[in-house]
Amino acid sequence: MNVIEVTGLTKRYDTRTVVDKVSFSVEEGEIFGILGPNGAGKTTTVESIAGLRRPDAGTIRVLGLDPVHDRPRLRSMVGVQLQESELPDRMTVDEALTLFASFYRNPTDRKALVGELGLEAARRTAYRNLSGGQKQRLSIALALIGRPRVAILDELSTGLDPQARRETWQLIESIRDRGVTVLLVTHLMEEAQRLADRVAVFADGRVIALDTPAAIVAHADPEQRLRFRPSAPVTDDELAVLPDVRRVERVGGQVVVAGTGNVVQNVTSLLSRRGIVAHELRIEQATLDDAYLALTASPRTAKELA
Amino acid sequence: MNAFRALVVVEAKLLFRDPVTWLAAVVLPSVVLVLFGGVFAGGPNPDLGGRRWIDLFVPSLVVITIGTLGIQTLPGRLATYREKGVLRRLGTTPVHPAGVLAAQLALYAAVSIVALVLLITVAHVGYDVPLPLDPVGYVAAYLLGMGALFAVGLLIAAVAPSARTATAIAIPLFFAVMFLGGVYMPRVLLPEIVQRIGDVTPPGVQGLQDAWLGTAPQIGPLAVLALITVGVGALATRLFRWE
Repeated sequence: MNVIEVTGLTKRYDTRTVVDKVSFSVEEGEIFGILGPNGAGKTTTVESIAGLRRPDAGTIRVLGLDPVHDRPRLRSMVGVQLQESELPDRMTVDEALTLFASFYRNPTDRKALVGELGLEAARRTAYRNLSGGQKQRLSIALALIGRPRVAILDELSTGLDPQARRETWQLIESIRDRGVTVLLVTHLMEEAQRLADRVAVFADGRVIALDTPAAIVAHADPEQRLRFRPSAPVTDDELAVLPDVRRVERVGGQVVVAGTGNVVQNVTSLLSRRGIVAHELRIEQATLDDAYLALTASPRTAKELA
Repeated sequence: MNAFRALVVVEAKLLFRDPVTWLAAVVLPSVVLVLFGGVFAGGPNPDLGGRRWIDLFVPSLVVITIGTLGIQTLPGRLATYREKGVLRRLGTTPVHPAGVLAAQLALYAAVSIVALVLLITVAHVGYDVPLPLDPVGYVAAYLLGMGALFAVGLLIAAVAPSARTATAIAIPLFFAVMFLGGVYMPRVLLPEIVQRIGDVTPPGVQGLQDAWLGTAPQIGPLAVLALITVGVGALATRLFRWE
């Protein structure tokens, strides 16, 4: 079942189209990533899904309901963690949780939530004295306190140190394991690659790719590099004629071969045929990061994928 | 716990953690009374229709309370909540952000009544000032005066783009309200024209004073206050932005 369905979503501010005919659907129980640089239309899209903005064109269905018309009903089923949304300075963690719990008919157990989010020690701490990670975790807790079926999390790890970021990621996985569908907005490729079951890559208000992170990397076919010191001489030409190889360089005693597709297999099989051992072999595998750069750098590829 | 009650409780806690505000709203009027009581009390003064200075001064002191809460605290809080995205965040929950506004109005109304009871008690016990002699008229004048001033506070919150601007608008307005309400200088010492203006500007101190001293408040100024409450309140509601 599709928990979220977005069809042809378009949103303009004045004459500027910030979201342009965006379509995607999110299945029940998945972590769906919305990825893209700042200004790509990610936040406007999720704010429209949360019912905070009215689309200029297109339709959105969340749990079969319209986020604008059925907003009162949806608000109890969708938990939202917004960017740049704070709490009063002097409100404590416990007070915020008690307050938000009062908004829902059947809130989740606060103690368990506090434990799961590692906020026990901070329960009596005022909001302004919380660390960035604690604020972020509290914000997630408030999005989850009403036992939502869908959680929308916008840039949840921005401004967190690597340790706090990893803890937050574990938390998101545990949310999904409870059966909550998660819509995750991020501009961190690593985050999307680690967490998301599927990813929609946004650029300039459009979805330029939509697939699993691994498939996006494979499709975008970004450059990969092998770096090694051959045990016996091998000429540049021998390497350069191999399929998928783009260029061959020498750095010190090392050979660097850059290419796409099956470049790694092609080079290693040539070396093994020739009985050459590749010392100090390092392969720089493509990540979603590279895929993303490849996608946005080449409009042709982007169009093919869209 | 029901959401409205939870909002009032948490707002009350936040107010209590801000002693400057609640001391000014609740305690300051009575402190001013004690400080000036000895100086002003005097005896019956034929120039004041046989009243004492203090009898005329006490009704003005409630202006400190409702001015602090309505013109400074209310718009300051709401503008801060908007600036920090608190209202936006509430908008994603089943509670409408108007709930926080309603909770604040209810809380400040309750706090102002605590301050009023304290003031009446200190004035009565310490300085023999009579209890409001026309209680019904007093309650009417008080509610309309408070309503009008709170409506003005809401309007500030509605038009101020930031908490800083809200404060910048509130401070001179607060001093004007205090001046016209006779807090800095008993109203009888103000020029006639200033007194007449003060009759109708929120919170309408003349009506409060009349009712306290046993004359029914005049209907004209009360009607003006009612108009301000409804008109300014409606305008504020129209202009208010949640984010």
